[in-house]
Amino acid sequence: MIGNLDYSTLQAIWWIIASLVGSLFLFLTFVQGGQTLLFTVPRGDEEKALIINSLGRKWELTFTTLVLFGGALFAAFPKFYATSFGGAYWVWMLILFTFIIQAVSYEYRKKPNNFLGAATYESFLFINGSVGILLIGAAVGTFFTGSSFSLNEYNQVTWQTPYRGLEAARNFFNLSLGLFLVFNARALGAMYLVNNIDHKPLTDRCRQSCWKSFLWSLPFLLFVLVNLLFMPGHAVNPDTGEIFLQNGKYLRNLFGNPVTLLLLLLGLVLVIYGVVLTRFKAKNCGIWYAGIGTVLVGLAVFFLAGFNNTAFYPSTFDPQSSLTIFNASSSHYTLTAMTYVALTVPFVLAYIAYVWKQMDSRKLSMAELQNESPDEMY
Amino acid sequence: MVEQIDLSQVNWARAQFALTAMYHWIFVPLTLGLSFLVAFFESIYVRTANEEWKRLTKFWMTLFGINFAIGVATGIILEFEFGTNWSNYSWMVGDIFGAPLAVEGIFAFFLEATFFAVMFFGWNRVSKGFHLFSTWMVAIGSNLSALWILVANGWMQFPVGMKFNPDTARFEMHNFWDILFSPVAISKFTHATSSGFLLASLFVVGVSSWYLLQERHQTMARRSIIVASVFGLLSAAYVGFTGDEAAYSVAQRQPMKLAAMEGLFDGQTNAPLVAAGLINSAKKPGDNQQPCGMEIKIPGLLSLLANREIGSFVPGINDLVFGNKEHNIMGAVERIEKGRIAVELLRTYKEARKAGNTALAETTLKDFQDFADHLGYGYLRAPAEAVPPVGITFYAFHIMVITGAIFPLVFLLFLYFQARGTLDYQRWLQVLGLFCIPLGYISSQAGWVLAEVGRQPWAIQGLLPVTVANTRLSTGAVQTTFFVFLGLFTLLMIAEISIMLKQINIGPEEN
Ligand code: HDD
Ligand code: HEM
Ligand code: HEM
Repeated sequence: MIGNLDYSTLQAIWWIIASLVGSLFLFLTFVQGGQTLLFTVPRGDEEKALIINSLGRKWELTFTTLVLFGGALFAAFPKFYATSFGGAYWVWMLILFTFIIQAVSYEYRKKPNNFLGAATYESFLFINGSVGILLIGAAVGTFFTGSSFSLNEYNQVTWQTPYRGLEAARNFFNLSLGLFLVFNARALGAMYLVNNIDHKPLTDRCRQSCWKSFLWSLPFLLFVLVNLLFMPGHAVNPDTGEIFLQNGKYLRNLFGNPVTLLLLLLGLVLVIYGVVLTRFKAKNCGIWYAGIGTVLVGLAVFFLAGFNNTAFYPSTFDPQSSLTIFNASSSHYTLTAMTYVALTVPFVLAYIAYVWKQMDSRKLSMAELQNESPDEMY
Repeated sequence: MVEQIDLSQVNWARAQFALTAMYHWIFVPLTLGLSFLVAFFESIYVRTANEEWKRLTKFWMTLFGINFAIGVATGIILEFEFGTNWSNYSWMVGDIFGAPLAVEGIFAFFLEATFFAVMFFGWNRVSKGFHLFSTWMVAIGSNLSALWILVANGWMQFPVGMKFNPDTARFEMHNFWDILFSPVAISKFTHATSSGFLLASLFVVGVSSWYLLQERHQTMARRSIIVASVFGLLSAAYVGFTGDEAAYSVAQRQPMKLAAMEGLFDGQTNAPLVAAGLINSAKKPGDNQQPCGMEIKIPGLLSLLANREIGSFVPGINDLVFGNKEHNIMGAVERIEKGRIAVELLRTYKEARKAGNTALAETTLKDFQDFADHLGYGYLRAPAEAVPPVGITFYAFHIMVITGAIFPLVFLLFLYFQARGTLDYQRWLQVLGLFCIPLGYISSQAGWVLAEVGRQPWAIQGLLPVTVANTRLSTGAVQTTFFVFLGLFTLLMIAEISIMLKQINIGPEEN
């Protein structure tokens, strides 16, 4: 069946899959958000330990989703992988840097003789949660604002600025998207902790913090949305492949594709609902609503960038070098083979869900933390 | 395709890849093997319900976790480095190379990530059986990830299952199964994972020997030694077997690498194996200097090992550079000439297409097909470039094999004295066991150095030289990231070793 799909359908399927992985990653950044709460929310070392141990059981999932996002883009859109990673060198290097230091921090923070001291590892976690997410947001922002690069006839990328991608963070739109993601991750992190920890004084503070982060995120979100509706975008002529600047491109995409509009609106409502449940209804399940809401908004954003004959990685320097899901994808054969592989993803999701149900059936409490032997705790 | 090559930039990018990959490989083999050893220990605990075995399991698990974390930290950079530093490579072969990396994420990393948390934090949250299952899943997951990345690496050593698309100037996947079941991929996978089992066994035996020397935790140390020595002995035998397979595969598919491994310049029938020796670093292809001094040779063995045929001909570096009519070998000199024609024809073809001259495009394409096999050689500037660094390749190979011959004996000695019940008195053996830990790491690193340096100048054997594979970056940018990674990874490794030593010093918790 998959073998008979035509090329453009496969390209669309792979844009959806990549978007889904990226959006799930945005949901899972609750880990990063939680890391930024370390310096403000807990009172005392024991509460801090609760947070670290609660997040510490999930961080690998987020990390692995990021790795998979990279792998999926490499396999399905190699030209994007080559152009963006090779071109916007410094942004990606910095982002990766923040994830490298995260990976050791949970395990090493409390171990005796850890050379750098607990405070250093905690600041690593904070850098990952703040700078890391901010830069990821800025990088996603360039899907709309574009970057200044050109590709030669052999598709070798030449970047036009010496900052190699860091210039993205100077653009207000990109910056706002980044800041929005940082605050959204913080809100998600607080909601996750409320759900995962059984320690009322701490979770009460998390509820407060969730609300505050949400309020902080709003202006940035509004700025991004309003801009998105009015900014010009790089459109593709489907017949010639020619790329041109079109006014109100994303507005057209939004109304041209009711699914995207629906995803966006539903997602926003769900996020708000999750926050309200957490802050005002004393409920613990807010993370699920806000998490799914984040996934839907993420999907809408990626769909806006990639579908409806839009260049998802536009070049402001040389529009004809812009990448679209049609000119950046791998071959028909590879996409077909990879689609077979993707059929196993529901199975992977199922065992992950099953394991977490087993593991999280009981909340993490102070008593457990104090009774457990040290090698079972972070 | 490349107008001007910035060699210093390419070399810094190579250095950066070598640095990050070698750091990653410090931690990976221990993960691969220790995960299985921990699974064995826990299985014994579940079978015997003896709390001693549970403490033992937890102790090794702690060391596993410390090593695992930094393995993950050093891995993520490699995943993206193909894009950042080898972007032309990524574009040209992303169709083929990206797939295993994505599959690895789906099939392997999620398995590791999910069950790792159960293994560490699930002792009181899930049933005994499910916990044991999770430990096994972590072991299987890490080794599955090895499978996929080695399929990718195997493809770089022996590209199969693809065809060149002249319109896009890139390689496209033609057959997924050819890539997955490529004999090189299989031999890489079996050899690299079993060398990881071997290294982890050495680690467990070495650390346990230290406890014996200290006269602490002796029961636990002896138990660990028994399990690890059995596993290590079996693995060492398998490493030798798969190593022979790897060498045969190199001889058949990468004869230049084999010639460099053995320092063989003039091809021979009935070629001897150089068991040890010193490479003459001034020797160049075609001159009459001696390639090797003070060597110990085993007559005829190389012919047997390389071709599995007594007295067969093994080509040397000179044959592969200058060609050898008698044995029907086309040398790099001739291939470079043909390659340059291929490059020219490809250019003409592209221009003709651009100008809409279909007739010219068609005839050029036909001509191009005759030379297409040599395209990669067209980008080499001189025949000598086709030769990898002989010294490094030679020494790496010999260090690996010589140490590889010692390890099985060490395990045998441990098992022998354990069976006689006199292990506690064999101080010399305990010291030897401790000493084998660094030897194991050296051996394992040497293996990769041989595999990767021996592949030079190719990023993809015979198709894509490293000078064409790289990203257009300034040398300064690559230098900067090189030193940043050097500093960061060194810092993290110091932390890791310091924590590891402390945990070993603390030992398993007493009851
Ligand atoms: C033969 C085994 C092997 C080899 C050759 C490599 N790796 Fe590796 N890698 C592993 C075996 C492994 C592992 C055993 O599965 C690790 C090591 C420690 C760990 O936590 O998992 C891992 C971790 C690891 C991670 C973190 C995974 C996570 O999210 O948990 C990434 C992204 C990579 N690797 C990527 C690479 C790339 C791109 C390589 C090639 C250049 C590479 N590895 C070589
Ligand atoms: C983890 C084990 C590995 C180690 C220790 C290792 C080591 C090295 C070394 C020493 C080099 C430098 C060679 C030179 O430039 O002279 C290198 C280069 C490289 N290796 Fe590996 N390697 C490993 C695994 C892999 C794998 C699994 C892949 C691919 C799937 C790979 C792909 C490359 C690439 C793309 C380069 C850069 C281009 C080149 O110099 O050929 N390596 N590696
Ligand atoms: C006992 C005899 C051994 C032989 C004949 C042998 C042979 C080989 C050969 C020919 C290669 C190169 C394969 C290639 O370039 O494609 C290789 C690679 C390698 N060897 Fe060995 N080896 C032996 C022992 C060991 C030992 C003891 C270790 C480590 C503990 C080890 C670890 C490695 C590793 C990590 C690689 C790189 C991965 C690969 O290419 O498969 N080897 N070996």
